[in-house]
Amino acid sequence: MTLLISSPHAHGGDSIRANMLAVILALLPAAGVAVYLFGWLALFLIVLCMLACMATEWGCLKLMKRPTDRIGDGSAALTGLLLALTLPAAVPWWMALIGCVAAIVLAKQVYGGLGHNPFNPALAARVVLLISFPLHMTSWLMPMHAPMLIAIPPLNLYDFSTCWQLFWFGPEALGKGLDAITMASPLGHVKTEWSRGIGAIEALRNYDYSYLDAFLGREAGSLGETSALALLLGGIYLLARHTITWHIPLSFIATVYVLAALFNAVNPEHFAPPLFHVLAGGLVLGAFFMATDPVSSPVTPRGQLIFGIGCGILTWSIRTFGGYPEGVMFSILLMNCAVPLIDHYFRPRVYGK
Amino acid sequence: MNILMAILTLGGMALIAGIVLAVASRAFHVEGDPMVDKIDAVLPQTQCGQCGYPGCVPYATAVASGEADVNLCVPGGERSMLAIADLMGVPPKEVEEEAAVPMLAFVREDECIGCTLCIKACPVDAIIGAPKQYHTVIEDHCTGCTLCVEPCPVDCIDMVEKEQVLEEWTWAAPGKRPSVPQTLHKDEENHAASTV
Amino acid sequence: MLPALFERFGLNQLWPTGGFPGGVHPPEHKITADSPIIELPLPPQLILPLKQHIGEICAPLVEVGQHVLRGQKIAKSQGYVSASVHAPTSGTVVGVQDHAVPHPSGMGRPCLMIEPDGEDRPDESRAPISDYRNEDPALIRERIRMSGIVGLGGAVFPTFIKMLRDQRHPVQTVILNGAECEPYLTCDHRLMLEHAHDVLRGMDVIMHAVNAQNGVVAIEDNKPDAIAVMRGAIEAAGMDNVEVRTLPTRYPQGGEKQLIQTITGKQVPEGRLPLHVGVLCQNVGTAKAIHDAVCLGVPLIKRVVTISGDAVPNPANVCVRIGTPIPFVLAQCGLEDLNDVRLIHGGPMMGERLPRTHVPLVKSTNGILAFHRQSLYSEQAVEEPCIRCGHCVEVCPAGLVPNELAWHCRNDQFDRGQDYNLFDCIECGCCSYVCPSHIPLVHYFRYAKGQVAKIEKERAFAELSKARSEARDNRLAREQAERAARRSKVRKQHAPAADKAAKTAEKKTDEGKTGEGKTEAVKKEGDKA
Ligand code: SF4
Ligand code: SF4
Repeated sequence: MTLLISSPHAHGGDSIRANMLAVILALLPAAGVAVYLFGWLALFLIVLCMLACMATEWGCLKLMKRPTDRIGDGSAALTGLLLALTLPAAVPWWMALIGCVAAIVLAKQVYGGLGHNPFNPALAARVVLLISFPLHMTSWLMPMHAPMLIAIPPLNLYDFSTCWQLFWFGPEALGKGLDAITMASPLGHVKTEWSRGIGAIEALRNYDYSYLDAFLGREAGSLGETSALALLLGGIYLLARHTITWHIPLSFIATVYVLAALFNAVNPEHFAPPLFHVLAGGLVLGAFFMATDPVSSPVTPRGQLIFGIGCGILTWSIRTFGGYPEGVMFSILLMNCAVPLIDHYFRPRVYGK
Repeated sequence: MNILMAILTLGGMALIAGIVLAVASRAFHVEGDPMVDKIDAVLPQTQCGQCGYPGCVPYATAVASGEADVNLCVPGGERSMLAIADLMGVPPKEVEEEAAVPMLAFVREDECIGCTLCIKACPVDAIIGAPKQYHTVIEDHCTGCTLCVEPCPVDCIDMVEKEQVLEEWTWAAPGKRPSVPQTLHKDEENHAASTV
Repeated sequence: MLPALFERFGLNQLWPTGGFPGGVHPPEHKITADSPIIELPLPPQLILPLKQHIGEICAPLVEVGQHVLRGQKIAKSQGYVSASVHAPTSGTVVGVQDHAVPHPSGMGRPCLMIEPDGEDRPDESRAPISDYRNEDPALIRERIRMSGIVGLGGAVFPTFIKMLRDQRHPVQTVILNGAECEPYLTCDHRLMLEHAHDVLRGMDVIMHAVNAQNGVVAIEDNKPDAIAVMRGAIEAAGMDNVEVRTLPTRYPQGGEKQLIQTITGKQVPEGRLPLHVGVLCQNVGTAKAIHDAVCLGVPLIKRVVTISGDAVPNPANVCVRIGTPIPFVLAQCGLEDLNDVRLIHGGPMMGERLPRTHVPLVKSTNGILAFHRQSLYSEQAVEEPCIRCGHCVEVCPAGLVPNELAWHCRNDQFDRGQDYNLFDCIECGCCSYVCPSHIPLVHYFRYAKGQVAKIEKERAFAELSKARSEARDNRLAREQAERAARRSKVRKQHAPAADKAAKTAEKKTDEGKTGEGKTEAVKKEGDKA
């Protein structure tokens, strides 16, 4: 018999799959930069993570007797890609694999699958890895084409067998220690110099830091976070396509900028300049692609602004006062916890009330 | 020594917390609303006695005293059961009997002998009539409890289904079968047949 | 330009300036925009539901077999909120019976069946009020009431009630709603193009009746021809206090509250009427009907309807007698076989799917859309989990959080649903329209609203039953007490003599609890003794 269906009888044609594919598409420039900087290693990690996440998701769905065609919605592939882009290039395959399983099983499926995870799965997995393998997760491989590296001869990452050995067996297979092929990221460098009593400006000077390199991505860092330019391209595409709204990225980045500018104005020698904060680390990646993860961010526009501001304050505080050089990941995860509260208290104004 | 300190500290903290809790529970003690009234308020007031008690208040009293189960009210169905279980703070239980469609008593007037027995049986005074005159049921007040059917000496009381009217129709939950009348024309059936 | 940009980036959600917050812009599909209105022939039988409006059902004034004239009142309104029904043509009443009406339930209502005699003879008892400007507004309102006019935009609220004058809240502005924001529908558009003069006269009647100073004709900017025609007509008629306002094309621009916000910048406060912000809103079709009723003396017996959708070979705007069976109308547009076709009564955003085809066209019918089964979105949609993308929040013109609301409705937590302002939802469908997870949000809200009403009703009935049951218990107790009191009194006064009598009475009372009368008798006996 009839199953009655209520209006509306028309639909805008949007779907979960289209949204996920759009985000994947928007990440392609960043992934391209990753391959440009880290050669085969980037490619290995990206492919591995995407496949592993999808396989894990499929397994979970199968185990829980849910329709396995859900895998087609692209959310697992996206999680894999995002996770890969947050990893340092020098992690071996099994570490990445653990991350993928953690992302899908621990951070997503145990909560009930897509739509129910309180935390961004990729970030949650990254925290798992950071806690389990702190050394690997904070050692940044020297990228290709980075101008400030002339002092040490970098590995040729465009060489397949070098990368394969590194990826498969770790740096020992190349007869080198991890620290011989890695370097500090700008944020990490500033942090260490601070601990030696050297101000941020001085630290950046002796690091040979350049804004242009940071903007284009020619610096050490996770696979996908280095190039603000590539990330911005993707972010603008997502904004134009209306997959994400401007509220979170803008409020997030603006908050970091304003805070950094304030403190930099008070004590320019000690506190890093605002532009450095915006371009450094994973801020752009986090603001456009992590904090905007629909499931774990607020739904209301005002809530999203609050969320972005909260992320910004936390990020800058952790970078400046915290124990870790980078705070984007922790700030987003912390704000994820607050989402139900934010959603409850920052509802839109009801018509006529 | 260290261990002793730890034990003492923890023990002291537990003690303080316990005292605070005890004081708080005294200070903020709320006199519980009479449970019977609360339970009675979620019962459908059909007064049918299907629960085994002679009416809704008696059943509410029995539940409140812990004597009766929470799942005995048939007309109230799952909703009443859940509400009562919630009030009593006990786990919900399956309602055994399905609540039937809402019914109304109907007196076949030409057979009624005017004995007034049904009038006396009706718990909500929904039957009017006088000795030796036809009786009839006030539709708007009948709870469908069937208590009047038994006493009638000539069996002239029927329980009929309450007529569904358009004004009272409501949407079924998505994916649930709605109550659409079955009298469709032939081509209408095709029209209405859904792929879902 | 600026409002469009505002809307694009969701700024109107944060700071509602000018236009209403939210809204969507579905593809317009106004395929019938250039088809002139065609008059349809009379069907073999007309089916006239006795209730085609919001309010009380009408009482039939005619009997089976009676001959009626066109425009004759055949059912009169009962109660205040009601609108009478008139015969759409001359003919014979052949039945008063339940018949399916256009309603998502597919259920029936009492209807009058009329078989046209083909002569279409008019009832001339109602004279036109040509000089309405010098007429008492109360009389004009009465004429509108007598003509059975209801809001033709779809709300079908009796029009005369909206036009009551309230001294405390004078109407300053009359808004003529020509937004027609629903996709496919073009009936108001065509009315403005072809009957601009009548529509404006109707508006003038309304303005006179409510003593409004100025008027606004609101038209979306996707109908430039209508805007031009209306501007010309206003100039020709010399109505300086009326202006045409071009609105951005955005659904639900034509919703009364949304339109008021766009035009006046004010929101109608909760629980209030447009009147309270000094505005009266009427649909273009209603204005035309008012013109006909007042200036021509013709009650509401026909209306313009858009017949469209991908299953209709010849989509058209048609002028149809109310009560014409919908299959007849569709057949006139070339659609005969209704198997595997889905009918929508109204537009695709707010219209209802009709589970039955054998239903009449009624006063609220502004469009009938026929789609192939495969092309109807609502039939294909498969619900997926909500990914909390927030699109629904962005587009909701009522400022709700549909995803949370739907969550509570799905879990039957109706109290929480009401906390989330369930009853402020206008069921516009914007949220379902954008949801990437294809969640039938509106359906959940309708379900919840129905359940809340049902629970409320059951509760009221339970209270009534309880009161009656308690009253009965009290009565029984009282009777018993009275009996006992009487008995002991009798015994005391006539102890030896009445002893025997009292015993008999007691026995009798025990026998058949009809005691009261008998005790009465015993008492009398005792008195005599
Ligand atoms: S249908 Fe209701 S909840 Fe959905 S957008 Fe419209 S008003 Fe908002
Ligand atoms: S649009 Fe749909 S998926 Fe997105 S938040 Fe609303 S209900 Fe959830």
